[in-house]
Amino acid sequence: MNTAIVGHALRHDSALLHASGGARFLDDLPEPAGTWHAALALSPVAHGRLLGLDLPEGVRAILPADIPGENDIAPIGQGEVLLVENLIEHHGQPLALLVAPTRDAALRAAAATRAHIEALPPILSIEAALEAGTFLVLPQIIAEGDVEAALAAAPHRLAGEFRAGGQEHFYLEGQIALAIPGEEDEMLVHSSTQHPTEVQHVVSRVLGVPFHRVTVQCRRLGGGFGGKESNASSVAAAAALAARVTGRPVKLRLPRRSDMAATGKRHPFLYRWQAGFDEMGRLLALDAILAADGGHSLDMSGGVVFRALTHALNCYGAPALRISACAVKTNHVSNTAFRGFGGPQGALLMEDVLHQAAAQLGHDVEALRLRNLADRTPYGQALEPALTRRVLAEAKADAEWDRRRADAASFNATHPTLRRGVGAFCCAFGIAFGIPHLNQAGALVHVYTDGSIRLAHGGTEMGQGLFIKVAQVVAEVFGVPVETVGLAPTSTAEIPNTSATAASTGSDLNGWAAHAAAVAVRDRMAEVAARHFGCPPEGLRFEEGHILPPGGNAGMRFGELAKLCWRERVSLSATGFYRTPDIHWDAERMRGEPFFYFAYGAAVAEVLLDTLTGEHRCLSAHLVQDCGRSLNPAIDLGQIEGAFVQGLGWLTSEELWWDHEGRQRTLGPSTYKIPGSRDVPPVLRARLLEGSEARDGALFRSKAVGEPPLLLATAVVNALRDATAVASLDLPATPERVHAALRHR
Amino acid sequence: MASIEITLNGARRTTEAPPTTTLLDWLRTEGLTGAKEGCAEGDCGACTVVIEAGASRRPINACLCVLGQVHGRAIRTIEGLGRDHPAVRAMAEGGATQCGFCTPGIVMAAWAWTRTGGDPHAALAGNLCRCTGYRPILEAMAAMRDDGGSAPGYAAAPSRFGSFHLPATLEEAVVLRAARPGAMLLAGGTDLGLRFSEDREHPEETVCLLHVREMQGVKTGAAGQRIGAAAPYAEWLEACREDARFTPLVPYLERLGSRQIRSLGTVGGNLGTASPIGDALPVLLALDAVVECTSPRGTRRVPVEEFLLGYRRNALAADELIVAVELPAPPPGALLAAEKLSRRHDQDISAVSLVACIEFAGGTTSRARLALGGMAARAMRAHEAEVVLVGRALDDAAAREAGEALRFAPMDDHRGTAAYRMEAARGLLRRLALRHARPDLPATIHA
Repeated sequence: MNTAIVGHALRHDSALLHASGGARFLDDLPEPAGTWHAALALSPVAHGRLLGLDLPEGVRAILPADIPGENDIAPIGQGEVLLVENLIEHHGQPLALLVAPTRDAALRAAAATRAHIEALPPILSIEAALEAGTFLVLPQIIAEGDVEAALAAAPHRLAGEFRAGGQEHFYLEGQIALAIPGEEDEMLVHSSTQHPTEVQHVVSRVLGVPFHRVTVQCRRLGGGFGGKESNASSVAAAAALAARVTGRPVKLRLPRRSDMAATGKRHPFLYRWQAGFDEMGRLLALDAILAADGGHSLDMSGGVVFRALTHALNCYGAPALRISACAVKTNHVSNTAFRGFGGPQGALLMEDVLHQAAAQLGHDVEALRLRNLADRTPYGQALEPALTRRVLAEAKADAEWDRRRADAASFNATHPTLRRGVGAFCCAFGIAFGIPHLNQAGALVHVYTDGSIRLAHGGTEMGQGLFIKVAQVVAEVFGVPVETVGLAPTSTAEIPNTSATAASTGSDLNGWAAHAAAVAVRDRMAEVAARHFGCPPEGLRFEEGHILPPGGNAGMRFGELAKLCWRERVSLSATGFYRTPDIHWDAERMRGEPFFYFAYGAAVAEVLLDTLTGEHRCLSAHLVQDCGRSLNPAIDLGQIEGAFVQGLGWLTSEELWWDHEGRQRTLGPSTYKIPGSRDVPPVLRARLLEGSEARDGALFRSKAVGEPPLLLATAVVNALRDATAVASLDLPATPERVHAALRHR
Repeated sequence: MASIEITLNGARRTTEAPPTTTLLDWLRTEGLTGAKEGCAEGDCGACTVVIEAGASRRPINACLCVLGQVHGRAIRTIEGLGRDHPAVRAMAEGGATQCGFCTPGIVMAAWAWTRTGGDPHAALAGNLCRCTGYRPILEAMAAMRDDGGSAPGYAAAPSRFGSFHLPATLEEAVVLRAARPGAMLLAGGTDLGLRFSEDREHPEETVCLLHVREMQGVKTGAAGQRIGAAAPYAEWLEACREDARFTPLVPYLERLGSRQIRSLGTVGGNLGTASPIGDALPVLLALDAVVECTSPRGTRRVPVEEFLLGYRRNALAADELIVAVELPAPPPGALLAAEKLSRRHDQDISAVSLVACIEFAGGTTSRARLALGGMAARAMRAHEAEVVLVGRALDDAAAREAGEALRFAPMDDHRGTAAYRMEAARGLLRRLALRHARPDLPATIHA
């Protein structure tokens, strides 16, 4: 399959706009005349009854009674309030919306709002919630064989317990929306959202109007990472509510502190497991519980639990197992989607199991890794262990595994306080939304009579390079330079009923939908060209901006053909639609094939550790990620590196900290530390697996890349296990935790 | 009332906007939306713009800086580079942008760095990118060259803008201070600036000390340094680089905030806010610095250990100003070392900091001064531990014993539990001994 544009390393369509400051983010748009600003007054306590509010004078305060529709922003379930009516369930929960002509006035009014609260005891840990039996998602269980009997019969029986922390998205552009009221009940909402359709639905619900009254638009986000999937909806709904109440355009831009207090994060997890192994370190039985902290409300915890459950065995297997995953309810902010969506948390389980088994049975963990690879998941979907072995072997070869291990050992023998460690990791990440019906997408392609093309689809551009990839697909279909394709903002008015840009599916879904739309138009154009040239349409080639008849070279320019189609009254516009084939899930039996394919990746990392303080840093990382036949290797490489570093932050430095009363104290970058440039390993070698090809039916045989490489940072944790000689680490492995682990080993 | 004058992207501008408007807000209302608000606390760098003065370029956080502070200065924003600038092109063509929100700030930090040079990580310490993983940004920077441009600096005279006072001399400042004991004393604003940027306050009276002649600069003499209270950390760092007696402080001071923070923040401000985690304070304690304070009643010189009273409390009287700090050089042959422990190496507030000045006689310690930050309500000397070190070789055993003699009740918060801070402080003491005993080995993970 030769492609002219797809597969080429084109740069991000907005790169020059980004770098020159010309890219307009929502807050950079000129404000309509008369725009007012809103701010949220947030709860100062984690749990309590709201008895009343002292509201400042001179600004418009909006309370639940002002909501014309429902006070409900739930993305999936119901009963998640926009503004507290009675029960406060987390620190930072919105109590009131203050609206004023300037943002400063609104913010000062929010800060001056005083709440009268009857405090209630909060539940602040997964353990406490398990004890209290407060579930948001009841335990979902995948089981196979008789796990009790297999455990009892196993020559070696081990057990473990560990924790992984949450993660703040820290998109650089905070949550923001601008709502502009139109005639009657119309509302145009500019939203920095990964899910314009959900914003449309939630705004409609809050305003009590049909979906067709609400249009949601988004040109670009300053980062999303899952944090603007469901969380953008409440911000947009608040802005729209204020716009409705005041009759004015209203902008709501959350200050960073409010953003970090009021919006959800990656789910923290607690893991408890028992495992049986044979003498060779083969896993015979595994009984594990994964409990997620869902925060105070459901949000998308069901999906996160599902993905954690389906990724808990990663690429490994056991003849007898019982994996139970649930989400508990606590008085934390409601946790939400975050790149990987429970998958990265799930995949931590087997690393703990394998490392403890290696340590206690006296095996090399790398041997156990290979010995326990599986050819199918516990829920019955086929895996490709050969591909797992290949990515792992290539990452190890790139890293010069044996030499690196030997160098680390000799360094450790000579230095009194510093220690080096080397670790590896490999994974299989399932691609598709876990809920089958979400795997659909739409697109709209217009060809204009000058030959320029306008492309709209339901995906949002948040930096991941979706727009350029989909434009490449459309340019490929028409055989035109990619610059011919103009990119439209994402709008619910153009593409209805879309899914979130999430689950790594953006290119797969929207690329196929745009492909369908482009092919529909091209086929019509080909009919016209065929009549013009007097040849069968199949013989025409669309190449380099021209349409060429068979044999001859007297073709016509793409724009000429477009004009000819117009003169012949042939439509130059088409919608495209796509739904992912083959996926299914049986929730009764907990079996099925929920993923269209798996993306495989592997990593080797080396760390240097100071045993005096627990400080550590990653010295090198070698990453190999299977992107199939990449749509755009430059974009994919950026995703791999960026995801790895984001995973590195989650696992080593980013710590959310609540005080004893459940008040979050890490509310800005001064206290919440995402990786800086020096935290990136000085040797970072990421590459795409060469000669790989995705399954039949994948878009140009490519594979998705948004989330899977985030998991590769797990190799850094494994390197820390090596450097500390501690098999089980609670995460994030901050200097303090590593220091404690060293003392207690 | 006088107007604030700013040279913006090479063109002279005046504005009647309130002087406590943040520079970022003003730029954005003027339609220059390239600089973004990512955090409003001077930590993410999305708002980075550059102060130009002749050939000098200093990046600053426009979110923390108010208009009154930049009166008379030349500011360059991303719009002042333009689409065809090589630094802009390098970022765009190097795949160094993903979402692009942080990018203008990074370009400005990088553009300043093409003039100043040094470690590119130090240049990026004040800029966060959540998308790229930084590798392409660093590669784009490696391809950047100084464009050779220069700009007119500082021209307008200090002035007064309503209730925002910008005195030019100490005499004026002292009179203002005495007459307005409730006024906010503003220097670099990297701490107090949060009241403008995050809390959206407009104080009734502000006395900005940045232009006070007697508070300027760092002077090096035989005895040591005299650091003007309004001298930014960047100037102190430069003075330490140029004086071998103080060079051991350089890696430590390079971790004090970021380049943006060091362009604005001052030693006087660190003393004024008296935070327990102010990184300048352990340095001043370990070298027995003296704080020079002036009021209409006269000038007094207060040892820094007496100046710092408690949590964000100092000995400054209501009518007094900090004019300068006298920082004695370590005696010849002494070991001056500074250790900082924080969650992230760059642009992070210390969990624990340790600055030591240790003098030797015939292979054993004759005098030890150990000062710690983050271990108590204020930065403090560890006198009991100092005693342990005297009269013996500075080795691991001595460091361990000194560690056992630390008498602190550290804070217990998001930067570390009290127990960890104690353990880590002991670890830093041992690291100090390791540095001394084994100069052939790397002492830290970043060596």
